[in-house]
Amino acid sequence: MRRLLDIVLLMLAGLAIWHALHLAAPFALTSPVETVTKAWSMLNSAAFWPHALETGKAFLIALLLAILGGLAIGLGLGLNRTGAQVAEPILVSIYSLPKVTLYPVILLVFGLGLPAKIAFGTIHGIIPIALFAMNAVRNLANVHFKTARVLRLSRSQTLLTVVMPGALPEIVSGLRIGFSLTLLGVLIGEMFASQRGLGFLIMNAIGLHDVPAIMATILLLAIVAVSASALLLWLDHRLHHRAA
Amino acid sequence: MSAALLAIDMPAHADTVPGVHAEMRGVTRVYAGLGGQSGVHALASTDLTLRRGEFYSVIGPSGCGKSTLLDVLAGLSRPTGGTISFEGRPVDGQVPDGVGVVFQEDASFSWLTVADNITFGLRRAGAEPAEVARRLDYALRLMGLADFAKSYPAQLSGGMRQRVCIARTLVLQPRLILLDEPFGALDAQTRLIMGDELLKVWRETGATVMLITHALDEAAMLSDRIGIMSARPGRIIKEVTTGWPSARDSRVATDPGFGRITADLWSVLREESLKAIGQGNLR
Repeated sequence: MRRLLDIVLLMLAGLAIWHALHLAAPFALTSPVETVTKAWSMLNSAAFWPHALETGKAFLIALLLAILGGLAIGLGLGLNRTGAQVAEPILVSIYSLPKVTLYPVILLVFGLGLPAKIAFGTIHGIIPIALFAMNAVRNLANVHFKTARVLRLSRSQTLLTVVMPGALPEIVSGLRIGFSLTLLGVLIGEMFASQRGLGFLIMNAIGLHDVPAIMATILLLAIVAVSASALLLWLDHRLHHRAA
Repeated sequence: MSAALLAIDMPAHADTVPGVHAEMRGVTRVYAGLGGQSGVHALASTDLTLRRGEFYSVIGPSGCGKSTLLDVLAGLSRPTGGTISFEGRPVDGQVPDGVGVVFQEDASFSWLTVADNITFGLRRAGAEPAEVARRLDYALRLMGLADFAKSYPAQLSGGMRQRVCIARTLVLQPRLILLDEPFGALDAQTRLIMGDELLKVWRETGATVMLITHALDEAAMLSDRIGIMSARPGRIIKEVTTGWPSARDSRVATDPGFGRITADLWSVLREESLKAIGQGNLR
């Protein structure tokens, strides 16, 4: 109950700050009430949904690719000490590279449209997922691998019943970061050289100086991202708590 | 339910020499050095014979290669030279069927309940659900874990987690149980209790037990025979027979013979420990 009260107070404080900022710069920020009204009318307009679906589709495919690719790379490298030693600095440098500089290359390879957004989202999400999965496996106690051998498990049994569950809490932490970065990648992809999607809506609204539309789109995206992130964080805490 | 439900059946393979359950002949192990450093000579030419059904302990100064000895005997690591056999068959880089190992580190799986931890190996081996339940029930009661079947290891003390690992090994009905300082991380009283439980397990299952320990009193109290290892590179330099009856527990420590045995062990071990300390532990 106390926790709920804290959350409500925090949200009220956030809204108050938002409103204060709106009063200070009404040309850049709409008020909370105005934004929610605009968001509601957007949700009820037929023109909004194709864009939302485009973003949703690009994001889900990009996330799926990032997870599958990231886990394959991370688990594979985690089980191979030399491979991990070679790959880690490479992955870390790619991770720290501002990937937006690669977008022209992605556009040249994939052309304008959905595939480019997916690819751009995937390269954002795949590296953290791979790095977390790799370190999760490397940090798994050696005695677990010995136990697997004493219990005469096959390689695939070891991977599925010891390595994967043992590394899961860290893998979920990686997924949480991968989730946010993939969404970031897809939206940036939509903001340039794109005719569809929520990122395009924002850029379009900037061109028209339609501040309520910008704010409403941001609000809707924030609600989706925060809810998903909270869900993953809850899962993350649960898994880590059990393993403590 | 029969008290000795987990007692082992007839051996899978006959021993080549009657009574000899596992054997090491001239086993050496050298760990390769990295980047031009000379390798570590962990085991010198080591001979060891485990008789079927005996409780054998290995003590030695720290860093003498006790764990290496267990690893090569278990098939977890390949020897550099020499031969190892279990029930008349060679052991080479694979854990043979019928060998169970309990480690010093906590090897319980944090993501499984106590019950799922214990039955983990059984289920992977494809045992019948009814049989799994029967052996689980027995192991839970033998190890005093019945009230914790649904707990996760994180909710248990170190001693309880080690019990889970022993139970996980027991349900597979190993004919040879190797324990690598299993009580090393526990407090003194828990160690004594766990030692008694280990004796109970040993008697009920009829398995051959080899215990690696650095504790003199533990070895003197629990074992039929004790092998003392030299400083690194380790090999067994002396064997001591205790002569305890099989129905024994930690109270043998009050027996006059106990003092004589520990004195015997210490006279050899002291010298080796001094060598070990002077030899490079400070490096």
